[in-house]
Amino acid sequence: MAGMLQEQTKIRRDAWLISVTMLALFLVVWHLSTLRAAFDPKGFTEDQLQMMEFNGDILRMAEGGYAWNPEKEKVKGVPGPLAVLGKIRSELSEAFVKKGTNDHGIAYLVLYTVTRFGAGFLVASVVAIILGVLLGLNKVLFQAVNPFIQILKPISPLAWMPLLLYTVKDPKWTAVLVVFMAAIWPTLATTAFGVNSLRKDYLHVAAILQLSWFKRLFKVILPGAAPTIVNGLRISFGSALVAVVPAEMLLGELGVGYLSWIEWNNLDIAGVIFAILVVGVVGVVLDSGFNKLAGLVTYQE
Amino acid sequence: MAFLEIDHVTKYFPSSSGNGQVCIFKDATIKIDKGEFVTTIGHSGCGKSTLLNIIAGLETMSEGAILLNGREVSGPGLDRMVVFQNFSLMPWMTVFENIRLAVRAAYPDWDREKIAAHVHKYIELVGLKGAEDKRPTALSGGMKQRVGLARAFSIEPKVLLLDEPFAQIDALTRGVIQEELVQMWNSTRNTVFMVTHDVDEAILLSDRIMLMTNGPSARIAEIVDVTIPRPRSRDSIIEHPHYYKIRNHIIHFLVRHVSHGAVGGVAELEQPMDAVPLVVRF
Repeated sequence: MAGMLQEQTKIRRDAWLISVTMLALFLVVWHLSTLRAAFDPKGFTEDQLQMMEFNGDILRMAEGGYAWNPEKEKVKGVPGPLAVLGKIRSELSEAFVKKGTNDHGIAYLVLYTVTRFGAGFLVASVVAIILGVLLGLNKVLFQAVNPFIQILKPISPLAWMPLLLYTVKDPKWTAVLVVFMAAIWPTLATTAFGVNSLRKDYLHVAAILQLSWFKRLFKVILPGAAPTIVNGLRISFGSALVAVVPAEMLLGELGVGYLSWIEWNNLDIAGVIFAILVVGVVGVVLDSGFNKLAGLVTYQE
Repeated sequence: MAFLEIDHVTKYFPSSSGNGQVCIFKDATIKIDKGEFVTTIGHSGCGKSTLLNIIAGLETMSEGAILLNGREVSGPGLDRMVVFQNFSLMPWMTVFENIRLAVRAAYPDWDREKIAAHVHKYIELVGLKGAEDKRPTALSGGMKQRVGLARAFSIEPKVLLLDEPFAQIDALTRGVIQEELVQMWNSTRNTVFMVTHDVDEAILLSDRIMLMTNGPSARIAEIVDVTIPRPRSRDSIIEHPHYYKIRNHIIHFLVRHVSHGAVGGVAELEQPMDAVPLVVRF
């Protein structure tokens, strides 16, 4: 026991060391490959230098000599890690500031995205579980509905967007509905499967004990199918998270996905990288929350 | 009047080729008295578990009837509780919750405390005190079936149906639980219908043992009266002069019916299909 525990600790420590080394290596390589030498006026004529200054490529320093124009540098090549760090610092310092109707701090953007994602995912899950239980309990209904599920399932949720936008005429609700469309199919399909393939023994016990319809559903069927349902929810969760970013981009709804697009329009590449990192962090936090909830309802046979 | 009457029960399954039917067993008939312990032995495929499921109401019969207390029963009910071969405990519930589910269903007007006390009484009876909050995964096969027995006895059913209850339990534990079952049954004296492969188990527990021929079209060929007096225990029963007579008789029967070929044909010549079961008394 102690030996195994020790080995576990060793594996964890080694893995952690490797992770840190990989990150450090990546940052160093990134930094070096995006480094630009200071401006060297040697080899340029005075006319050329004046033209470059006129174009805004370089600045004349107060103490004489020239340097690259930092504003222009922003859009030359990929920004280095230090530039991104600076961006992160400035964005986080203004996390709770609303500068204008389209320029909200990052905390607000995260809140908007999480709300949008949460609403779409929750409603889709409830609808999918109810429908899935009905289909799982009724073989005829299942076979009747299955062809439609098979056709609708592979459609990218974004493909629905124009139609949804045209129908509901409101980008805010369209974004939620895109998340809904992304999240409903996996949960629906696995719930129907999980309920349908629930071990007959459990239903036999429920039948002998003459459990009411309600008790049968909440004491036997749902908890029995819970591990399968959770697997479906996990897939739905992932695809909803993937769908929410482009939905925001295309609909221009404020959120972390929209942030990435706005920064691109501003040609602020450091801002784009910052937005990508935020999407990643939001995903990790939501995912670990989901796993905690999933652990409560799953069981081992 | 018999307490539990199995009256010419016949079961057909659709044949695997698609059209037509296969007769699993035919005209199973036996009258079981209140408090009697009856066991069925036969080779795999003779339909003995199907017969048990029909009595439980979990499967339908093709012909015949099951009468309990003179009334025909259809569908499952709390008066006929099954102890399953694979335990059939809900893996998401603790030991306590598994039994409570049954007790609540059987006594809907009891309050919380009364239900809990009843559950604890039966947990203690099967020696699982301290394991109340464990889930079935954390239990050995023997302990799981103790929970199954506690669940079945706790609702005090009129008929207890044991479907190869100890088949998945290791031999040493099996003997111990068999003895525990004898003790529990001695205090409750439920009417029991058991299905098993284990000849020693059948003799230890039963008043009568039904011997079934092989399927398809299996039937009850013999009913063995076990007259060895109770209380019985595994140690003392083998000392009884009739023990090995009964055991040998049953094993000879099973060996004779081991194949569907010529030997079975001979057996059928001895006893035509419509014969009433031979009653053998030791």
